[in-house]
Amino acid sequence: MKVRATLAATLLVLGGTLALAVTAGRAGADESQEPDTAVAPQPGSPAAVQLEANRDPEMVAAGERLYLTGCVSCHGVGGQGTADYPTLIGVGAASADFFLRTGRMPLAAPAPQSPAKPPAYTDEQIIQLVAYVASLGDGPPVPDIRPERGDLAEGGQLYLANCAACHNSTGIGGALSHGNQAPPLLSVAPTQIGEAPRIGPGQMPVFGPDTLSDEQLDSIVRYVLYLQDPEHPGGLRIGSAGPVPEGLVAWLVGLGGLVLIARWITKERREHRRAHG
Amino acid sequence: MNEGGLPSARTRAGRLARWVDDRVGVARAGRSTLQKVFPNHWSFLLGEIALYSFVVLVITGVFLTFFFKASTEPVTYDGSYEPLQGVEVSQAYKSTLDLSFDVRAGLVMRQMHHWAALVFVAAIVVHLARVFFTGAFRRPRELNWVIGITLLLLGIVNGFAGYSLPDDQLSGTGVRIAYSVLLSVPFIGPWAASLLFGGGFPGEDIIPRLFAIHILIVPVIITGLLVLHLGLLVRHKHTHFPGKGARDDNVVGERLWPTYVFKAGGLFFLVGAVLAALGGLAQINPVWMWGPYQTQNVSSASQPDWYMGWLEGALRLMPNWEWRGWGYQIPNPFWAAVLLPGVTFTLLYLWPWIEARVTEDRRAHHVLDRPRDRPVRTALGAATLSFYTVLGFAGSNDVLAIAFDLSLNAVLVAFRVLLFTVPPVVGVATYRVCKELQRRDGPAAGESPGDRVAGPGQLGPGDQAAAEPVP
Repeated sequence: MKVRATLAATLLVLGGTLALAVTAGRAGADESQEPDTAVAPQPGSPAAVQLEANRDPEMVAAGERLYLTGCVSCHGVGGQGTADYPTLIGVGAASADFFLRTGRMPLAAPAPQSPAKPPAYTDEQIIQLVAYVASLGDGPPVPDIRPERGDLAEGGQLYLANCAACHNSTGIGGALSHGNQAPPLLSVAPTQIGEAPRIGPGQMPVFGPDTLSDEQLDSIVRYVLYLQDPEHPGGLRIGSAGPVPEGLVAWLVGLGGLVLIARWITKERREHRRAHG
Repeated sequence: MNEGGLPSARTRAGRLARWVDDRVGVARAGRSTLQKVFPNHWSFLLGEIALYSFVVLVITGVFLTFFFKASTEPVTYDGSYEPLQGVEVSQAYKSTLDLSFDVRAGLVMRQMHHWAALVFVAAIVVHLARVFFTGAFRRPRELNWVIGITLLLLGIVNGFAGYSLPDDQLSGTGVRIAYSVLLSVPFIGPWAASLLFGGGFPGEDIIPRLFAIHILIVPVIITGLLVLHLGLLVRHKHTHFPGKGARDDNVVGERLWPTYVFKAGGLFFLVGAVLAALGGLAQINPVWMWGPYQTQNVSSASQPDWYMGWLEGALRLMPNWEWRGWGYQIPNPFWAAVLLPGVTFTLLYLWPWIEARVTEDRRAHHVLDRPRDRPVRTALGAATLSFYTVLGFAGSNDVLAIAFDLSLNAVLVAFRVLLFTVPPVVGVATYRVCKELQRRDGPAAGESPGDRVAGPGQLGPGDQAAAEPVP
């Protein structure tokens, strides 16, 4: 009897704690959604402009016309994909916006990974194309990135924990296996920095809202923008790639310079010896 | 100074000098030291460059110890580097940030210290190569060779200890690798690692212990060995290259006083100038970018300083083999990071005796070999150097893959192939270049190299020994 009572009490406490935790988790999640960026992006932001276009049938139609000339050969009619290329149904506006604005689409030639290049379309054409892709199925919208809302120090710690392993602490990018690369982040626009974790392009994992809240994403973007023009006391930044360029400079400039100096110090005597020897 | 090496009693300074000499009595010894002759060749200054870098290391290092706190105790960073404000970091990391941002001249001292360390070990390696290729390690200098190799080893150890102190992400990654390497030593590994780290990784003891090793234990040993190294140099007299009048029983060069003292003093200031220029103009190890060390974090392109690069390369190139037997397993890092350096330094230590055994030349040598005149040794040395150079570059395979837009896997495979193909090619090419240079020197084949260099008719008794052909 006593055992059963203890068990019941324990279960009750456990259940209560669990319920509390779930509620707290919900509250936390709700808090992170506020203001709900998917519903109400800041007026005039890329997210807001795109959202408006997505609801405009004319923009969607214009996007479809562009799609039929530029994209259909790989991604198929209605974005259903072909044997070698992925479907666009359900990838969402964020994905289309990311690939078009970083110039990764359209692909110039088959490659292990589509390289970033200047965008092939104008700003308006991109908005139209994105609106069309968004109309194909539900997917992540263009995120409303507001770096000024983020916290620089928090962003730095999140960046070092989640991004530096591939993109390097300094954002210069890094090598992945088989010719793939984590690209440099040093000239990427804020919205595209924020889109990448949400959609996980190429080898990159997806960091959804459950992993990184919108505020945390803003903080990371703020830190990446900082990395694009960081405080760098101490003189020339030799490559920002750590000890490899430092070692080369130590050998070539440091010891190399000193060997030249040693030769200079002993030079006069060598000429003297040649003349007299 | 007058006859007998005693100072003149006519001036006040002279009288003071006499008073001191009466009680200390070093005037004669001092005089003979001042009259020491040093041969004039740029390659004889490489060791001095290392020595002066060490002096710069001591001076800047003393400054750094005034501000560095060797502790892993967590504190909240509140210094002037904005992106880390409010972040919990270790005392060691915080004090390194303070040195970089809030201590006057702290950053330039830190950077000079780090550049000096890189140049110090580089100068030792090149000095070692000069001694090797010219046969300066032969009798009676074998002991000084052993001291020199020990200095290289201690330079690497102390460089690594210093690199680890700031407790930033990069250095923590290095310490993590060192811990695993230590663990991989058969039988004693786990105990040794536990002893050094005061328990598991990372623990709170390793930073204070590395600090004691870095600023006290190793520098004191280095200083003692340097005194011995230079003392033996004076005792043996400096070697000299073959040339007019150079024999095994003399030294052709300049006297220490006045010529060489000024040259050496000038070189000291120039070494200081180059290191100060690097420290002031070129950023090195921006620890604020790497962030505080978190065991779960790592950055791409995490490399050690160059002098550990060959070990990093060996670890990266080593296939993932593990040996198991009799209920015991030898972990993979053992082969690349314990066995390889063990064999490397054993061979380096024993080289004077290995060569003497092969050549059966156990006579004393004071006239140096020209590298071309000992083609086998020169070829072996060049091949060996190329082996470690390939390993060093292999340690930066990910940086090379990015810099040259190559596949990381292809770079790795290429380095595995290069490691075993480059040294033989370099060895054979060096041998043939040596032979060709000998041929261009003129005299008929079959004549021994020593004769050719010193010129017939000028040979002292020792030169006959040097003229013994070395295979």
